[in-house]
Amino acid sequence: MEVNNRSRILIIGLWAVIAILLGRIFFIQIIDSSYKRDATNNSMVYETVYAPRGIIYDRNGLELVGNKVSYDILVTPREVRAFDTLALADALGVDTSFVNERMAYYKKYRSRIGYQTLTFVKQLSVEQYLKFAEMQYEYPGFRGQVRSVREYPFNAGGNLLGYVNEVDASDIEKEPDVYRSGDYIGKTGLEAAREKDLRGSKGYHIFLRDSRNRRQNSYADGEYDKPAVPGKNITTTIDAPLQQYGQELMTGKKGSLIAIEPSSGEILAMVSSPGIDVDVLSDIRSHYGKLVMDPNKPMFNRTVQASYPPGSVFKLINGLIGLQEGVLEPYYEYPCSQGYYYTTNRKLGCHNHRSPINLTEAVMMSCNAYFCYVLRNLLENKKYASVGEAFDRWREYVLSFGFGEKLGSDFPAELGGNIPTSKFYDKYYGKGRWRFSNVVSLSIGQGEIGATPLQIANLAAIVANRGWYKIPHIVRDSTQTEYSEKHYTLVDTSQFSKVIPGMWLAVNGGWGNGGTASMASVPGLDICGKTGTAQNPHGADNSVFICFAPKDDPKIAVVGYIEGAGWGGSYACPIASLLVEKYLTGQVSRPELEDRMIQTHFIDVPAN
Amino acid sequence: MSRQIDRGLKNTVDWRLVIYYLLLVLIGWINIYASIHSSEPSSIFDWSCRSGKQFVWILSGFAIAAGILFALSPRLWEVISGPAYFFVVMLLVAVIFVGAEVKGSHSWFRFGAVSFQPAEISKITTSLVLATYMGKAAFSIYNRRDFFRVALMIGVPMLAIVAESETGSALVYVGFLFPLFREGLSGWFLIIILIAVLLFILTLKTSVWISLATVVVGALAGLWAILKSFRPLSRERRRALWLMVAGVAAAVMLIFSTRVVFDNVLADHQRKRIEVLLGMKEDPAGVGYNVRQSMIAIGSGGFWGKGFLQGTQTTYGFVPEQSTDFIFCTIGEEWGFFGCLLVIVLYGLLITRIIKDSERSREAFTRIYGYCLASCLFMHLFINIGMTIGLMPVIGIPLPFISYGGSSLWAFTAMLFIFISLDRQEKKYF
Repeated sequence: MEVNNRSRILIIGLWAVIAILLGRIFFIQIIDSSYKRDATNNSMVYETVYAPRGIIYDRNGLELVGNKVSYDILVTPREVRAFDTLALADALGVDTSFVNERMAYYKKYRSRIGYQTLTFVKQLSVEQYLKFAEMQYEYPGFRGQVRSVREYPFNAGGNLLGYVNEVDASDIEKEPDVYRSGDYIGKTGLEAAREKDLRGSKGYHIFLRDSRNRRQNSYADGEYDKPAVPGKNITTTIDAPLQQYGQELMTGKKGSLIAIEPSSGEILAMVSSPGIDVDVLSDIRSHYGKLVMDPNKPMFNRTVQASYPPGSVFKLINGLIGLQEGVLEPYYEYPCSQGYYYTTNRKLGCHNHRSPINLTEAVMMSCNAYFCYVLRNLLENKKYASVGEAFDRWREYVLSFGFGEKLGSDFPAELGGNIPTSKFYDKYYGKGRWRFSNVVSLSIGQGEIGATPLQIANLAAIVANRGWYKIPHIVRDSTQTEYSEKHYTLVDTSQFSKVIPGMWLAVNGGWGNGGTASMASVPGLDICGKTGTAQNPHGADNSVFICFAPKDDPKIAVVGYIEGAGWGGSYACPIASLLVEKYLTGQVSRPELEDRMIQTHFIDVPAN
Repeated sequence: MSRQIDRGLKNTVDWRLVIYYLLLVLIGWINIYASIHSSEPSSIFDWSCRSGKQFVWILSGFAIAAGILFALSPRLWEVISGPAYFFVVMLLVAVIFVGAEVKGSHSWFRFGAVSFQPAEISKITTSLVLATYMGKAAFSIYNRRDFFRVALMIGVPMLAIVAESETGSALVYVGFLFPLFREGLSGWFLIIILIAVLLFILTLKTSVWISLATVVVGALAGLWAILKSFRPLSRERRRALWLMVAGVAAAVMLIFSTRVVFDNVLADHQRKRIEVLLGMKEDPAGVGYNVRQSMIAIGSGGFWGKGFLQGTQTTYGFVPEQSTDFIFCTIGEEWGFFGCLLVIVLYGLLITRIIKDSERSREAFTRIYGYCLASCLFMHLFINIGMTIGLMPVIGIPLPFISYGGSSLWAFTAMLFIFISLDRQEKKYF
């Protein structure tokens, strides 16, 4: 039967329209993937399951930083029904005006917010949350979400531990796969250094929701849910009670106090003062502004970030280098006429003591002149073609003691300090136009030298070990082999025993015999120490003291570096010795001294 | 040479049409079940839910089909077409005043628990009356009187339906242009309507001036073609030129009235739907919500779909009117492109088959009725599916045989089986 021509046109038209429909369907189903994504957004609620951060333990298993439960209150504005503002504000412990403000905000941006769930109040305590939970049924659209926040059983110091805060835009930008707005991140200290271990990984629970955003079943019986992986716990090398004691001793002082176990390089205590109190730490958000404005810079970790002249403690290094280079022998005696004339009329002064003296006495009494002779002998050594060459050799020695460069501790923000090169002086004075007399202050650890308190503490550990150190560190982690490696200095280990008698006498030489550190003496502990008084361009001298104990088989090496507290023997020395005593004996035999140290304040102590 | 022809049921009924019909009804029923299926599934036969009800509509539909095939004479339809048409037009008008208000329109009669929409039957009666009138030997579409009457037959129920605020359903009547075209109506009619629609859209989407520029370019092209193809000073050429001038004038009037019509004649919701369709306004929470959710549901289906009852968008009710007007979403989401292809091709085969059967028919009545049926199915198919995938504005008309609803299913079943019955009669007697 002949099919009419017009009928053919209509049939072709029909199939053309069918082709258009199918083409369009093909496009939205196969080619354009945005609809699939939208469908997921539509129907699946990914509820984040936050991972608790890893717990930070001290060396003996005490909890330095733990977690406690808190609650965030989330709100889905679309689900909210009219409610009693006053009652809700009361249940959440916030102001009525805050609730009104938020609700007004949600209303204003309702189309942008859509079906999203937002955070209403953060970090509610358990007690407060329970109050809310009791009447939660009256507030559809509001619900609580568990978050764990930090808790600090010991006042171990904010700069050491660091604080945790919400991620900011730059954190998200750096690791967009890891962080979402509202996540927490370690910002400073250990929390930052060990963020990767501590943070764990978030999980999620997938719910299906219907078109009215009512939660339905969990999706595929939770088959695709991802459990949260709690952060790894960290065992630090810190001795929590010792750290807290150090913290106490440093109250009202500006400076650092560090204790290291010499045999392992493990940091036992590390105080940067003034610091952030742990009470503040857990709620850093509300104190942040005040902390940043504080002229004493409590957020500044002086132990690794401040570079000071080391002062007289540096004499030990010059002495050791002299011994190694053969320009000094322990029996060499040099005169001291209350100083050293490095030109005919310019003198580097010294205090009043007997003269002439040998190396042991020079260390004990911290004679400036003696070490000027030592450095002169080093730099004017005929072995070297020029002062510059001798200087650079000297510098190599100094660097082998861990100065001038970053130690490589587990503090990412660590500074390297500064040990000048001959080029520096060439540039300053002109090549070949400078001599020992130009750098004389290096003899006594002044001048162009900068060292962090951690480097100075490491010096104490080196002397305690008689010639080697392990990089000071704060986390026990068997995978980090760099911390178990011994680093030898360029000075032979046999030379070290030649400076130690002086250090022992400085502490234990008895009052009146010229020892600079008699205040550190504790009978039976055999503390060896060296004081330092570093000139401080900003005011009174910095009080410095390094020590280790006991003399044979040392268990602890300490540095005290207190800004503006005068000469080394006055504050740094007793404070360091109290710390040593506490560590070795577990108690303090000198309560009056302890009291005086704790009560003396050089800066205002915040009243809290 | 004469062949023994069996005039029984087996050889006279076009079984292919019946099979297509059964497949579509079955697909509809399954997807209605899927679309109302919530996290707590009930039986597909559960009378309290829509799939159970649809099952009853389907069974009663079968009864209607059987009644038409076996109990009623095919001759009956031609005889009653006139009175039936007038009766239904009266119902259409009456419902404006006494009908129950459903979502802003007055198109439903409600008798207790049963509701019924005369517009559904009106498609059948209009088709029948057109077939009767145009099937007469004396009828010529070129006869102005005949043309006017035909236009009236289509226009009266259409206007009545517009008055019921069911503008979308009225759009289906545009489909009656196809049988007219088949019976000799100039193809220009279809082309002019197409141009008018395109100009309307162009004016709304861009501006009056761009539309005018388009018309000018078109007119110049037309002028060139006229000057080229007719002898100078011939009567034909003059006539063509006049027609063109009239066409341009009409186009300009259309362009300038577009905004006026759009802003003043259309109802608020209609205007918004068109605006959303044309992308002039985004309204994902309001008018755009249906379309957006519908496209998300279909778009998320992928090639093979998510599987029966596995659709998240359909199961959790993101798409409104999901078992009725938006039933295609369920198909798209759960059966994917494959399912969509199957369903649409099935419609294509059904409509093509109806057209072929109509062409084979020796009776003008059957042929014209068949074209009317095919056109109605086509318009529903295009508007309904086009709406779910964002090609058409949201117009609430069902997908034939598939959408939930007794009224629609019965009407289409009856309409189809009247044709099968007419077709069968041909084979019986010729």
